[in-house]
Amino acid sequence: MDNKHNLPSPAKFWTWFNPIGRQTGGWAFILNRVTALGLTFYLFLHLVMLGQLAQGPEAYDGFVALMHNPIIIIGELLVVAAGILHGLNGVRIILTTFGVSITRQKQLFYALMAVAVVAILVFGIRMFTA
Amino acid sequence: MSQNKWKITLKIHRQKEAEAPHFDEFALDVDPDEYVLDAVERVWAFMDRTVCFRHACHHSTCGACGMRVNGVEKLTCITYIRDVTQDGGTLKVEPLRNFPVISDLAVDMGSLYSRLDTVGARSVLPVTQAEAEKKPADWPAGDEQYIRLADCIECGLCISACPSAATSSDYLGPAVLAGAQANGLKRNPELLGLVDTEDGLWRCHSAFECTAVCPSFVDPARRIMDLRKQVFVERFSRVFRRS
Repeated sequence: MDNKHNLPSPAKFWTWFNPIGRQTGGWAFILNRVTALGLTFYLFLHLVMLGQLAQGPEAYDGFVALMHNPIIIIGELLVVAAGILHGLNGVRIILTTFGVSITRQKQLFYALMAVAVVAILVFGIRMFTA
Repeated sequence: MSQNKWKITLKIHRQKEAEAPHFDEFALDVDPDEYVLDAVERVWAFMDRTVCFRHACHHSTCGACGMRVNGVEKLTCITYIRDVTQDGGTLKVEPLRNFPVISDLAVDMGSLYSRLDTVGARSVLPVTQAEAEKKPADWPAGDEQYIRLADCIECGLCISACPSAATSSDYLGPAVLAGAQANGLKRNPELLGLVDTEDGLWRCHSAFECTAVCPSFVDPARRIMDLRKQVFVERFSRVFRRS
């Protein structure tokens, strides 16, 4: 019988990102994976862009001008947001792994995400007004 | 029981031998205070005798009727219809994930049972070892002789809901790790080699979905974290024992 579709498989990694039917801890799990992938992509992009700097003064000036583009600033804010969300979510996992607030992991997640929103807003205001 | 009847559409996952999985729809008049399992049974009794599903006790003790209801793992014998749909709504019933489908809604839970045996999970235990037991002041002496059923009813909902279990067939899974925790590393040091592995404790990524769907308040996520602590203490103390 073909019942493989219902069995565990590494090819089902995409189900990690499916929010349907998930609850608070599941959303935290999804958020951690999405932000981790975003940060990994950024690291790759960052190295590529740094490589451009080695191509002389003109390339450097062009790169600096590009960094003032509002779209790039929004991109940088997304990187900052991903770092804050991933880091604070990691704090939740560390605390619960050591038994701290384990029966209140939902409240811990909401509290840390509230901190994250405030931190992202502060960074956003500073980045767009600098 | 409510006086009002609801008209609902029950979408049942169907899959027989060598057949591609699909859904069959059944229009039902139901009492919203009935359970989801009642609706599935009504389809089987009056509309389609080939519908295959597992059920036994109908009071959340046997753990046989676990299914996914509108995408969420539920023990269908204690899930009110009014809690999962509305008048004119749809109820989508699917088999548990991460187990092979035998037929329609029935899955083969053999892997769960054999793994529970591997870690020596007990179905009954002395009341003195039951975490949830609150001993009354007049509890008689020699209470080791009194036993009770373990909280876990081996329904498999936690394995189905766990995102880590979806991608690794070797992962022991929440119910099994909770069973190991209930046994305790101190009483069973040989468990260390089973749970302190990539597909044991460390495969858990703290999604807490197991605890969210557990109908029996086993709280597998808390038990996994507690077992990690036990493993950490054991490894740490081994360093000093060697030196």
